[in-house]
Amino acid sequence: MAEKRRGSVADHHVTKLLGSSDTRRHSEQHSGGTMVGWTEAERRAIRYVWEKIEVDVVGPQAVASVLIVYPWTQRYFGAFGNLSSVSAILNNSKVAEHGKTVLNSLGLAVKDLDNIKSTYAKLSEFHSEEVNVDPDNFRLLADCITIVIATKLGSAFSPDVQAVWQKFLDVVVSALSREYH
Amino acid sequence: MLSKYEKELLVTIWDKAADHAEEIGAESLLRMFACFPKTKTYFAHLDISPQSEHLRSHGKKIILAVVEGAKNISTLTTTLAPLSALHAYQLKIHPTNFKLLSHCILVTLACRMKDEFTPVAHAALDKFLSALAAVLAEKYR
Repeated sequence: MAEKRRGSVADHHVTKLLGSSDTRRHSEQHSGGTMVGWTEAERRAIRYVWEKIEVDVVGPQAVASVLIVYPWTQRYFGAFGNLSSVSAILNNSKVAEHGKTVLNSLGLAVKDLDNIKSTYAKLSEFHSEEVNVDPDNFRLLADCITIVIATKLGSAFSPDVQAVWQKFLDVVVSALSREYH
Repeated sequence: MLSKYEKELLVTIWDKAADHAEEIGAESLLRMFACFPKTKTYFAHLDISPQSEHLRSHGKKIILAVVEGAKNISTLTTTLAPLSALHAYQLKIHPTNFKLLSHCILVTLACRMKDEFTPVAHAALDKFLSALAAVLAEKYR
């Protein structure tokens, strides 16, 4: 589980959202949704990538990248302070914190690959109702996470490993987009 | 929009990539086929297994065209006019696929460049490949 951290309101909020597993499991059964099937090889590949990355490095770099490469995503980060230049974004501590939050929640999905929909149900509602994020932007962040991971893993991020990792992120993005209505 | 700095950065990156056009091109295509299997439908007539001659020569062609584009960013439409015509009138590739290959080219470069693949380089490359894809799709209709 995500370790308890002192920190921002956003972090606390996320910890609450990812709290009790009981209601989430119920909604997973209730929705009767088909689960994604993961082969053993795919589970190994996802864990292989996860074990090689430093959450506290990749997270901040990925969120900084999405804000730099796709500047319209900055619309959701008005409360984060100075995002007026590349170096401002790269040195912004709230951006970094959010990066760690995002990757830590991804870690929960890695550890429970069969329940990604329920893991993200409350976060999906939060991003839809509270933050009003256009879910197309989740795809952009996912691509930035993949690319930052590529810069860390190099040739170890082979085409086949990339394919599985992207399938995993697709499931996460889909779960995050699910509660929009 | 690309700044002067970004255009120069792109020339530097693609000049270096030109020396490894075959490997970068083949790897980009392999990544695309692995991640987005539907893209293989355009290559049913070729042998696209890893290390195959078709894959390597096709990959090289693609990367060398991108290199040429990087050297002529201000005149992309005229520089790539023959390729625009090819993609529109003969290949007829669904234009959403350009984005998929672009992404895989970025991943290939990121794996090779590691820390040199900075967010600034990422942004410049993404904008450039998007502009290139737009030119390729220009004559579609």
